[in-house]
Amino acid sequence: MASSHGTPPVFNNKVISWIDHRLPIFSYMEKEYHHFPTPRNFNYFWNFGAIATVMLVLMIATGVVLATNYTPHVTMAFDSVERIMRDVPSGWLIRYLHMTGASFFFIAVYVHIFRGMYYGSYKSPRELLWILGVIIFLLMMATAFMGYVLPWGQMSFWGATVITSLFSAIPVVGDSIVTWLWGGFAVDNPTLNRFYALHYLLPFIIVAVVALHVVALHVHGSNNPLGIDPKGPQDTVPFHPYYTMKDGFGVMVFLIVYAGFAFFAPNYLGDAANYIPANPLVTPTHIVPEWYFLPFYAILRAIPNKLGGVIAMFGAIAVLFVLPWLDTSRVRSASFRPIYKWFMFILVADVIVLGVCGANPPEGWYVPIAQVATLYYFFHFLILLPVLGKIERPLPLPPSIADAVLKKKAG
Amino acid sequence: MATASIPAGGHSDPTRRDFLMVATGAMGAIGTIAVAWPFINNLNPAADTLALSTVEVNVAPVQVGQAITVKWRGKPLFIRHRTPEEIKAADEVPMSELRDPQTDNSRVTDTAKKVRPEWLIMIGVCTHLGCVPLGNNPGDPKGEYGGWFCPCHGSMYDTSGRIRKGPAPLNLAIPGYLFTSDTLVRVG
Repeated sequence: MASSHGTPPVFNNKVISWIDHRLPIFSYMEKEYHHFPTPRNFNYFWNFGAIATVMLVLMIATGVVLATNYTPHVTMAFDSVERIMRDVPSGWLIRYLHMTGASFFFIAVYVHIFRGMYYGSYKSPRELLWILGVIIFLLMMATAFMGYVLPWGQMSFWGATVITSLFSAIPVVGDSIVTWLWGGFAVDNPTLNRFYALHYLLPFIIVAVVALHVVALHVHGSNNPLGIDPKGPQDTVPFHPYYTMKDGFGVMVFLIVYAGFAFFAPNYLGDAANYIPANPLVTPTHIVPEWYFLPFYAILRAIPNKLGGVIAMFGAIAVLFVLPWLDTSRVRSASFRPIYKWFMFILVADVIVLGVCGANPPEGWYVPIAQVATLYYFFHFLILLPVLGKIERPLPLPPSIADAVLKKKAG
Repeated sequence: MATASIPAGGHSDPTRRDFLMVATGAMGAIGTIAVAWPFINNLNPAADTLALSTVEVNVAPVQVGQAITVKWRGKPLFIRHRTPEEIKAADEVPMSELRDPQTDNSRVTDTAKKVRPEWLIMIGVCTHLGCVPLGNNPGDPKGEYGGWFCPCHGSMYDTSGRIRKGPAPLNLAIPGYLFTSDTLVRVG
């Protein structure tokens, strides 16, 4: 804090000085977001944390506005959403922004996660930063799942039925847990009400965990594409103006793509079946979750055993928690790990294959392909990472960031 | 980048950087307004609320001396078919006696500038603190001026709905209305 060490900061403006002396928000902002030494060699992958934050704020803003017009009762939920689309001024826009925003929030977070995995941002001393990130990811998935139930379309209802029924696979307590989730004997009004309450609550919990995530980041500073620590001021630049401007630019480009979808193809990423009001007596031919859940859905269905599938699905996220300890390599960035680099790309391809399998009915070739892809996913985390770190010969690391940047300019 | 000499104590010529800063700032401001607009517009009344904002009343069944109350925009609308005595009493009140001076004629003119003194159409909300005054139903107390009486704090309105006694500051409000025929009136 400003007053406990060093010279107190000086502000020209007397009002700002007065406030800062009592609650040092201004000197905090100066330190953490102005002068903060940031590696000078960021690439555009480093924009996606800021982009994700912008999307979080956007989702909360559009969500609160939707909440002023939505009715969380099974007889009125679907119609209240249609009223928002047709009768509420600008309602169609707010709804499409929220719907498309969820997809783009996940796009930003998946790119952000890829950056972390490729460049070794999860390694010491950033293990807890990474774990906080996985917690945010889990909270996002819970929020998105409950949010999708609220319009009470066919996919809302049946997606809710399938995913809540999963928990009955847990031995002994499974059925009780499902009853507690449902508040009854099936997904019905009590379920809708509690999902609405939690969907409104969780984003604010996400905000709190994001704050912890950013505080944890600022303890040791950001990683960088070379994966080597900054050795002095020649390796860093002040966060403002270099990365305020670069992030600002990246956010703008991202928002342009987002606006393109929200205005011109808002239903492209969604499922048409959700425009049919929920019918508890008729199951749609294909129950499919939103695209960002497809890889996990494929893993769930790949295991022929009910409990096995549930364990595999949650296991796919659990391995992320322990990633810092699975990877034994002392080198952070995949730029200097020639073998691991290729396996990262194969992993991305594997996740996409899983996604395609998840989108299709589990028939024909999709079954063995999903099983192989699931096996490969766990092979990557549980076998490849621990072994590769020990046997791989990394490329020589540059002496410093400045060195590498200047050499690149000269050569 | 063009080098600009900075004379002591004065402005240098605007540089390209200055232009970019101002241009970016202006675009940022326009962008912010463009994003904020739908969120604020969203607070406006929705189509279903707007649909209820106009009401058409058939006043043919209202006898001379009778009054009806119609719900309009969530509030009571008083429609009284005034007797010739009530009209005469309203006309004869001098402006100096009125807290909120308004001629009776001006209070019975529709939006097409046609005067129909026999039809008094007002919003039945007391201008003091918002109670609904009595006087529309037969047997209601009408106060000392033969119009309406507000039981909450004792405001009394005359046969033109103008405040004469009690704490209310203004006359009962007249909404914009149009007689689309002799017996059909559209309010709002």
